[in-house]
Amino acid sequence: MRYRPILLFLLILLCFTTALGQEPTDETEGPPDTVVVDSSLLPAPVTNLQARDTEDDNGHSVTLTWDVSTDDGSGRDDVYMYMIYRSMSPEGPFDSVGVAMKGATEHVNSSSKDRAQPDFMPDHTDYYYQVGAVTVGGLITRSDVAGPVQSYGQFFNMGRIPVFVFVVVFCALVVFFVASARKGADLYVRPLAGIEAVDDAIGRATEMGRPILYVLGLGTAEMVATIASFTILGRVAKRVAEYQTKLIVPCYESIVMAVAQEVVKSAYADAGRPDDYDEDSVFFVTSLQFAYVAAVNGIMLRELPATNVYMGKFFAESLLLAETGSIAGSIQIAGTDEIAQIPFFIVACDYTLIGEELYAASAYLGREPILLGSLKAQDLAKAAVVIIALAGLIATTFGWPGFAEALHVEN
Amino acid sequence: MKRQIPVLLVFAFGVFTLFQFFVPHESSEWVYEFLLDWILIIGVFAMAVGIWSLFRVSVEKIKTRKSGWGYSYITLGSLIAMMVFGFTVRNGEAWGWFFAFVAAIVLAVFLVIQAVIDRGKAYLFAGLAGLCVAAAVVMAALDPAWSIHFQTAEGLQSTMFRAVFDYTLIPIFATMFSLLAFFIASAAYRAFRARNLMATLLLLAALIVMSRFNPFLQPILGEYVAKTSNWLMNVPNMAAQRAIIMGVGLGIAATALKVVLGIERGYMGKG
Repeated sequence: MRYRPILLFLLILLCFTTALGQEPTDETEGPPDTVVVDSSLLPAPVTNLQARDTEDDNGHSVTLTWDVSTDDGSGRDDVYMYMIYRSMSPEGPFDSVGVAMKGATEHVNSSSKDRAQPDFMPDHTDYYYQVGAVTVGGLITRSDVAGPVQSYGQFFNMGRIPVFVFVVVFCALVVFFVASARKGADLYVRPLAGIEAVDDAIGRATEMGRPILYVLGLGTAEMVATIASFTILGRVAKRVAEYQTKLIVPCYESIVMAVAQEVVKSAYADAGRPDDYDEDSVFFVTSLQFAYVAAVNGIMLRELPATNVYMGKFFAESLLLAETGSIAGSIQIAGTDEIAQIPFFIVACDYTLIGEELYAASAYLGREPILLGSLKAQDLAKAAVVIIALAGLIATTFGWPGFAEALHVEN
Repeated sequence: MKRQIPVLLVFAFGVFTLFQFFVPHESSEWVYEFLLDWILIIGVFAMAVGIWSLFRVSVEKIKTRKSGWGYSYITLGSLIAMMVFGFTVRNGEAWGWFFAFVAAIVLAVFLVIQAVIDRGKAYLFAGLAGLCVAAAVVMAALDPAWSIHFQTAEGLQSTMFRAVFDYTLIPIFATMFSLLAFFIASAAYRAFRARNLMATLLLLAALIVMSRFNPFLQPILGEYVAKTSNWLMNVPNMAAQRAIIMGVGLGIAATALKVVLGIERGYMGKG
């Protein structure tokens, strides 16, 4: 019994040294290491494996490139995929972090930037990579280790240089034309029938003693179409205040409602009739699409507005609204930048602002030189886009890829 | 200051968002996501403003006995009932006094509205509303079949809330959406009347495209119609769509720029 502690110690020591002597196994590798295979059946490894930080990103990503195995597409042609392995040490252990298809020569190993996620990949840390060529039979041959490589985020996306140049040029054009307009340059803007009809429609509503229904659409307040619609609403509300007609603005979103209330209130004040402003004329209905349609359609059929104005973002509800308005006998003016909804509005409404006309309408209504200046810049930018498209067509037709490559936007 | 501070804020955040598009670094992304979170936060508070607006407008309709004022009671009743459903959880299989509790809460709100409208009997209605609330409190305290929860670990657990959504709202939405089929038919009839050359061309194009998707006509008309239809969709239609997209893109950029630079201030009630 005296020797029991010594025996116990020796037993523990034996277990410990036995465990130390074991080779670590890699469960992600597929076939167990203990399986003995004929080495002549193993595929040729990929060669020239290179690892570099992925460009123009926020970090947490490494790009690998390699030359395919000689058994991929040639030789025994039994490679059907590549497994990507990553480790923080050149000696391993390597974990499987992705796969690439047969014939691939590049793989982007992107991981989470969220520390709480299991696949979080910290930046500015050394990583080592291997690529394993996998045969149909599950045999794997790993490449040499590539690395160390560190991932990190860039401060400028070089792939977006063409966009940056275009933005700078466009901003310069807008500023130039606005400055020209301020100096008194005469800027011609073609008439927009839909906008010219607004005044007539408001007059008609006044004569009939019926209200005007203004629908801002389903867009949220941060959408540019909704912002453009606010401006048009301001103009319409001002005219409505002057004619002393009733305005109804049912809103789909509460922030939109709050902004619209402020816009209408200011318009009434500008028209010199602040006391006529009714806060309940701009109200929230619901944030559910078809419930909103039901509510607005109900208003159309109960109140029988003389004019319905639809400006902003519209989706599947566009035709439901416009057809009901048509049945109610209202004059209808619509404007949206949603391409799929434009045909519906064209069919069911009397006047439709197509696409960019929605954005031009605010400037056109105000006839303010600084707003008209931006329209001129838009026109020039469009002309530039058409010229560049034609130049690209010619360059591609004659086999000059440099032109298209220079304007190519990466991501 | 009332005008300048919003313009300054719009300028600062607008310029940041513009440059954020070109700066992929994590720090820039973090600020961008932080700003997006603020939109959600503001949206939640604005929802309260929206509900208050709906409440006011509905009460006003009841007060003035406007056309369809009865529906306002349904709107307000549904609003209150769904709120109550959202904050309650059934503890077992039985409902107990749950529906009496909901009815008491809804009735209390209606009586408060009546008290606001009918000032002469305001005390009577307010007293009755107080009784309803007291009854609701007693039911909530004593009935073990259900309980009030503002949050559960499993999220929304209200059987009634889900049931109303799944078996009432969704079928109603489907009904509304299905109306679109009939509206498309009537709109198409108006659009395809061959009044002039352009309308006739539109009609012909539409007939070709529609016959392409008709299972009975396609075998008779053969591949040629299918090819013509594909050409119409992929060439003239696509060209027009891309032209509109291009114009919309530039229009959005120009409007955004005007907003950022403070030229366009329509959203503040100043054009």
